[in-house]
Amino acid sequence: MKRGKITIDSERCKGCYLCVRACPMHLLTTGTSVNSTGIFPVVFLEKPDTNSGACIACGSCYEVCPDTAIEVYEQKGGGK
Amino acid sequence: MKKIYAHPESLIKVQTKYCAGCGHGVVHRIIAELVDEMSLREKTIITNPVGCAIWADLYFNFDSVQPAHGRTPAAASAIKRILNDHLVICYQGDGDLAAIGMAETIHAANRGERFTTIFINNAIYGMTGGQMAPTTLIHQKTATAPLGRDPEFPAGMGYPIKVLEMLRTLQGTTYLARGATDTAAHVRQLETYIRTAFEAQMAGYGSSMVEVLSPCPTNWGVSPVQAVDIIADKMIPYYPLGEIKNTLPDTFRKKKEGGAL
Amino acid sequence: MNRDRTVLMKGNEAIAESAIRAGCGAYFGYPITPQNELIAWMACHMPESNRIFIQAESELAAINMVYGAAGTGIRTMTSSSSPGISLKQEGISYAAGADLPCVYVNMVRGGPGLGSIAPAQSDYFQSTRGGGHGDYHVLVLAPKSVQEAADLTYLAFDLADKWRMPAMILGDGLIGQMMESIILPEYKEPALLPVKSEWSVGHMNQTHRKPHRITSIILDPEELERKIRSRYERYKKIETEEIRFEEKNCEEADVILIAYGTAARVCQSAQQSAAGQGIKAGLFRPITLWPFPYAQLEQISQKGKPILVVEMSMGQMIEDVQLSVHDKVPVNLLSHAGGVIPTEEEVFERLRSIVFGGTK
Repeated sequence: MKRGKITIDSERCKGCYLCVRACPMHLLTTGTSVNSTGIFPVVFLEKPDTNSGACIACGSCYEVCPDTAIEVYEQKGGGK
Repeated sequence: MKKIYAHPESLIKVQTKYCAGCGHGVVHRIIAELVDEMSLREKTIITNPVGCAIWADLYFNFDSVQPAHGRTPAAASAIKRILNDHLVICYQGDGDLAAIGMAETIHAANRGERFTTIFINNAIYGMTGGQMAPTTLIHQKTATAPLGRDPEFPAGMGYPIKVLEMLRTLQGTTYLARGATDTAAHVRQLETYIRTAFEAQMAGYGSSMVEVLSPCPTNWGVSPVQAVDIIADKMIPYYPLGEIKNTLPDTFRKKKEGGAL
Repeated sequence: MNRDRTVLMKGNEAIAESAIRAGCGAYFGYPITPQNELIAWMACHMPESNRIFIQAESELAAINMVYGAAGTGIRTMTSSSSPGISLKQEGISYAAGADLPCVYVNMVRGGPGLGSIAPAQSDYFQSTRGGGHGDYHVLVLAPKSVQEAADLTYLAFDLADKWRMPAMILGDGLIGQMMESIILPEYKEPALLPVKSEWSVGHMNQTHRKPHRITSIILDPEELERKIRSRYERYKKIETEEIRFEEKNCEEADVILIAYGTAARVCQSAQQSAAGQGIKAGLFRPITLWPFPYAQLEQISQKGKPILVVEMSMGQMIEDVQLSVHDKVPVNLLSHAGGVIPTEEEVFERLRSIVFGGTK
């Protein structure tokens, strides 16, 4: 199982929340502080990679984000 | 950690003017990824339409030409014939392509012009505030069909047009595919369609078009998440996904499978 | 005469051949009478020299193909006649708004609407007052003969490139159809064509430059005003540097004929008949209709002699004549519409009545 994490550019996030819907691990959620455009950007609930509910670097969030605000990292050495 | 999905170089890192949840952003990113992958950033030209994507030229890190409404394929025809070793992308919405520009669309397709058209179908006119489009579904409510699209007379509003199925009959068309941006899986499938179209173009085949069923939360009057559900529930049943036409020669497919093109 | 370059040609064909010699790399057109020989010539000869030819699906498509082509820096052209030129106006406005050089040809026919296919001069307003929407001008060159049609076409490409704007040849059905002996211009060396890479699209890989964007949208009103005003600064320069006209015997004249194109050819003959009858008629023939020779006409009006404007329209250029002379002298009009060409006899009769009595 791949392991990874994502980063979100919270200034360019427009709060469409399509990534929240797309994440199979339910690691994305609405944040509680606004960005400079008044949007509550999405935040990533990072979990330790030993946790079975952790990010699997599937890239679904990246694929659906209309603002390319997400970048996805894969843990090196993570198996297939 | 290794970055496996990154902001493409061919996409400029600025906040776009597009609404939250708009499909343009996804397609822009796919195009930019492919241009990077094919190392064509400095040999790509996009012709962008009148419509929301009037702003597309601000977001790509390559040349652009923005012609009159509907005439995007005419300008693209000229540009591709003159700069035939460049990747020419004709990017249009449903008004530009299927209403005011329908003649240009049909004739460029019929001539087998070698640019690739990316057709963003959100079944409505976005920029001007939600009027009926040629691809608006029956009963769909819009600013100019407040009671819903009604093909019966006296309203006589016509039927939603399946552009790819119509263009399939033209001998000049080689690759016509329809994708959607509603799920990550569909986005990935869409990327394979656009990749095929771009590679076909660079190998000298024409004409190619990829239609994208795209959400317009603002003018559909729903949230972005509700909008992608509408694509799945209402649009895909009427506008089926898949390769509507693929008459690329076997040698092209074999080459693709075999390795670098 | 250079026998290799002297030929008997139709006006339409002379324009087409001259464009090819001027380095036109892309032609897009649509058939319409009375200029079909032009597109036919291009259909034959452009592919011969590996240049681009497309018969487009409409005049709308053709002018937008020109727009796209012009964006790449290539010399490009379209042609049509009055109703088709109306269709092209949006595209021309876009080209002006994006500062794109291009050439287009209008072989005018009787209008309005579908009208007639006979020659007319009723598109003067359309040509010189913009034609399409917005504040802009196009260069307007009006030939009187097949030779001049060829020469001005050749010049139009140079002027369009020099000033980064559309340039048009305003001909008419007679000039397009008639055959005269002409000397064709030299083929322009491709290496000597102007370089436009500081703004054109394509070949980013050669210099690794920033993207170029060909566009005419500027939403901020103040920014758009600045852009328009700087364009008008260019137009001001054009108005001092690019005026062209022909003037014959205006110095000692009793009456001044003002006409362009085919109407001027008729006036030339009338001028000669008049001389034979002791009437000294001068002929002032604007060649550039935009920029219009206001100052030069104003000079001529200072002699106080009456003017007879001869136009194949209900009177369009006459307004520019009136603007030039500021009511200093009487300005008369001999007009025909719908494709009717004035005759030498008609013009002569008017000259007589102006000079000898009755009319002022």
